[in-house]
Order: sequence, then structure tokens, then C-alpha cells
Amino acid sequence: MSEIVLHTDKLCKSYAGLRANHNLDLQLLRGEIHALIGPNGAGKSTAIAQLSGELAPSSGRIFFNERDMTSLPVHKRARMGIARSFQVSSVFDEMTILQNLALAVQAHHGHSFRFWSNINRHRSFNQQAHALAEQFGLEQLQDVLAGELGHGEKRQLEVAMTLAGDPQVLLLDEPMAGIGPGGSKNLTRLLDGLRGRYSILLVEHDMDAVFSLADRISVLVYGEIIATGSVQEIRDNPAVQQAYLGESEESAHAQA
Amino acid sequence: MLLFIEQVLNGLQLGFMLFLLSAGLTLVFGVMNLINLAHGSFYMVGAYVAATVMLATGSFTLALLLALLSAALCGLLVEIIVLRHLYQRDHLDQVLATFGLILFFNETTRMIWGRQPLFMDVPEAFAGSVEILPGVPYPLYRLLIIGIGLLVAGGLYLLISHTRLGMRIRAGASNRSMVAALGVNIRWLYSLVFALGALLAGFAGVMAAPVFAVESGMGESILILTFVVIVIGGIGSVKGALLGALLVGLVDTLGRAFLPDLLQWLFATPTANSIAASLASMAIYLLMAVILAFKPRGLFPA
Repeated sequence: MSEIVLHTDKLCKSYAGLRANHNLDLQLLRGEIHALIGPNGAGKSTAIAQLSGELAPSSGRIFFNERDMTSLPVHKRARMGIARSFQVSSVFDEMTILQNLALAVQAHHGHSFRFWSNINRHRSFNQQAHALAEQFGLEQLQDVLAGELGHGEKRQLEVAMTLAGDPQVLLLDEPMAGIGPGGSKNLTRLLDGLRGRYSILLVEHDMDAVFSLADRISVLVYGEIIATGSVQEIRDNPAVQQAYLGESEESAHAQA
Repeated sequence: MLLFIEQVLNGLQLGFMLFLLSAGLTLVFGVMNLINLAHGSFYMVGAYVAATVMLATGSFTLALLLALLSAALCGLLVEIIVLRHLYQRDHLDQVLATFGLILFFNETTRMIWGRQPLFMDVPEAFAGSVEILPGVPYPLYRLLIIGIGLLVAGGLYLLISHTRLGMRIRAGASNRSMVAALGVNIRWLYSLVFALGALLAGFAGVMAAPVFAVESGMGESILILTFVVIVIGGIGSVKGALLGALLVGLVDTLGRAFLPDLLQWLFATPTANSIAASLASMAIYLLMAVILAFKPRGLFPA
């Protein structure tokens, strides 16, 4: 078995008695694309928020490279190598693509106190930003304000920004949401290109994207993981079919 | 005509002082989404410390430095002890807590300095006046306020649009979680922005000390004007704060100076005077109403 990068131990989150996550044992292996799927309200975004540090778990622990980081704040986890994207596009609309990327690059050099130094003089930041733009096919648009981009391009930019700090783990929260089939195909291809270099936890509703990208899939229902396995194992799993896939694909089973 | 130039300068001077106050307030509102009624307290702290140090040592430089330091330090402490816990709360909770801070600061200054206002002399180097036009003398100290306001405006522009810190401040204003996810220590960024705002308010307090009386509660009267400024300018926009502050400063000053004369064309003198007095004190609110009617989110919505 490959090495585990990120794992949780009995992670729980409840809000005033309402259970969002219960005893989550999730293992992300180095280099894999691991999809986390489940119906709306199953606790997928809660899981991402706990892993990235925005939500403190009610109980349970989170380990990154065997180090307990349950109580570390967001920015420390980010600097250790855990990057995330958001369900709602979170690029900075009033900055250009290049500025967005440069901000993401320099945010990881937060320990230096050379705050007042002129941003435009940091050649190396801009070079890295430029390289990222190129990698994501955004170099033609790099001087365009992010607010003027199409939704699909914003998504591309956001994923590019998560790579800026040279992370080990990417937590992607529904990157395909709302970008249409064309944009989705494009982004799927880009994510496929990242395979092996990053360990990716992908929360996604677009099943075509999930089935073509995922090395492994975990299925979350009512805050609990009911199955983890390869694409085929998950497709064949009766509990999954009943609880989740049945809703959309095999309505005949669901009606029975 | 000469009187007009003088009044315009007075208006600019009030405007730049309001700018020093509103720049911090609008940044704090724009970046942290926090309403801070106690912003005027940092102005008061700046004025009191400056007046006290000036009385004790006679050195304006020392007074200025210590006043800026105390205001920034007060801001930092208030942010860490109280306000940090209120960012996620709604505005009403923030208003309540920061109103409490006003009472705390006012009472504390009364305990330390007593109820009598302090008076601070204009520093010797800037006493006297210069002839801005042949036959028009103008107090040098008031020109200094205008000059400093211009410098601070320029400095803030450079800081916000051309430095890494500024880039983070702008980014933090538009999306807090994304900035944190990129690896920025957002708590520290917020403390820094807040302390910067308090420092600028303290600066305004130092500049105001020789012009107005230094007394407990001096922050509140100017705070209302400051809120008018940031609403006119567009909440969160420093550029808006600059323009809004100058507009409010000019309209307020010119209104008070010239409305009585203008109205004398229409009414008898006593009537004109009383109407002018009430119109002049309403002028900035009328200005705000008119601007909001056309631009509901202020001149430069952030």
C-alpha cells in the first residue's frame, strides 16, 4: 500500500445536536485522486472545512504526514502544504489573473517581513505566477481582471492558485460546479494532468468527472462514510447503489 | 474673494483631518466588516497624549511620536482583547460592544486627566502665519495639517496599491477565507490593519489638539462626521474616504461661512441668520442624501 499523506481518526462535527460528520476515517494516499461523493447535505463540505482548518472538529483527530494537526489554524496548514479551492469561486475579481497568481505565490512567503517592498519588483514571484498561468492555458488572459473571466476560466484560475504554494495535498470543493459540460471536460483534463504529483481530495457532483478522474472513491451519507474503494468497487457496491447512485441512475431500484 | 480662499483652506484642513480619521475606519469596515464606534477614542488618546507630553517636555516631535505609538498600541490591545471576537457577530453586537468601549475610554480619560479640558499650544516651529497671497496671511499650522493629509493620502495609496501588505489587505477585504487558505495569517493581518487605523486616528488627534479643546468625549462629535464621510465615499474605499472627507470639510466650512450672506439676499438679517445656522449644520447630511440618491453605495463602492 502506498504511503498515507493525510488521514482522519474518528472525526466528528455536530452543530447543536445536529450531526454533520460522524466518526470519519478518511485516508488520502500520496499521489492519488480520491473522490468524496455523497448526496447534498451529506457533510462533504464540512469534511473539507475540517481538513483545511476552517472548522474545528467536535472530536477526532487529523494527521498530515503522521503529524497531528487537528488544532493548527488555516494559514499554518496552508503553509505546510494543504491547499484548497472553494465551492463558490474565490478569486479576487478586482485583480488581474497574474496578480491573483502572484498573490497566491507570495502568500506562502509570509514569514519574511519585507511587506513594504514593491510587489512588481518581485521578479521571481511574477515568474512563478506566469508559469502557472501558462500551465493552465491562461497566459493569453493574464492581464485581464479576474472579475471579467467566464465561470470556467475562474475555476481554472482558482485551481492554479491552489498550486502556487507548491502543496502536497489539494482539497477541491466541487470545482466543476456550474461551469457546463465544456468547462467541465477542460478542467477534468487539467486535473488529470496533475495526477501523481499531488494528492487530491475531490468533492464533486459531476459523476463523469468523478469516474474518469478518481483512483479511489469514498461515499459519504448522513455524515458517515459507507464505502471506500476503486471506481468499479463503488459502482458494484449495493449499499452505495441504494443510498446514492440509485437516486439518479437506477430509479427502478429506488422505487422497489 | 480673500475670505473665500481662506475658507476654502479651512475646509481643506477640516477635510484632511477627517480623512485621517475615516481612512482607518473605512479600512476596518471594508476589510473586517466591523463597525467600530470607538474609533473616535483613538483620536482622543492621540490628542491627550500629545497635549500631555507637549506640556511636560515642550517637544512636539516627542509628543507626536508618543501619541502615535499610544494610539496604535490602544488599537492593537482593543483588537486583540475585544474586537477579534466580534468579527463573526452581527453589526448590532459590534455597535453595542464598541459603544461600551467609548464609555470606557471617556471615563478612563476623566479619571486620568480630570474633567477640565487640556489646551495645547501650536508647536513653535509652526506658529505664526505665512502670506499665501499678497495680503492674505494664513496660519502655518493649518497649512501643515493640509500638507500632512496629502502626504498620508499619498503614503496610503502607495501602501495599498503597490506593496505586498497592501495586496493582502485588498485581498482580505474581498475574501477572507481564500486569503487564509493561501497561507496568510489573517488574524495578524487584521490586527495590523486595525492598529494602522488607530494610528491614523491618533495622528488626527495630535493635529487637532492645538486647534480644538482636548477633552473627554471629543471623539464622538467628530466620529459622526467621519461616518458621513465613509458613507459618502463608499464603505471600504480609501479613495472614497479622501474625496468624501474633502467634500464634507468644504461643504461644512463654506456652508457655515457663506450661507448667512447668501440668505440675506432673500430674507431679513435675523431670519437669514437663523435659517443659515440650521441649514449649515444640515448641509453635510443634505450632501449625503443627494449623493446616496444617485449613488446608493457611495462614490467609490468597494
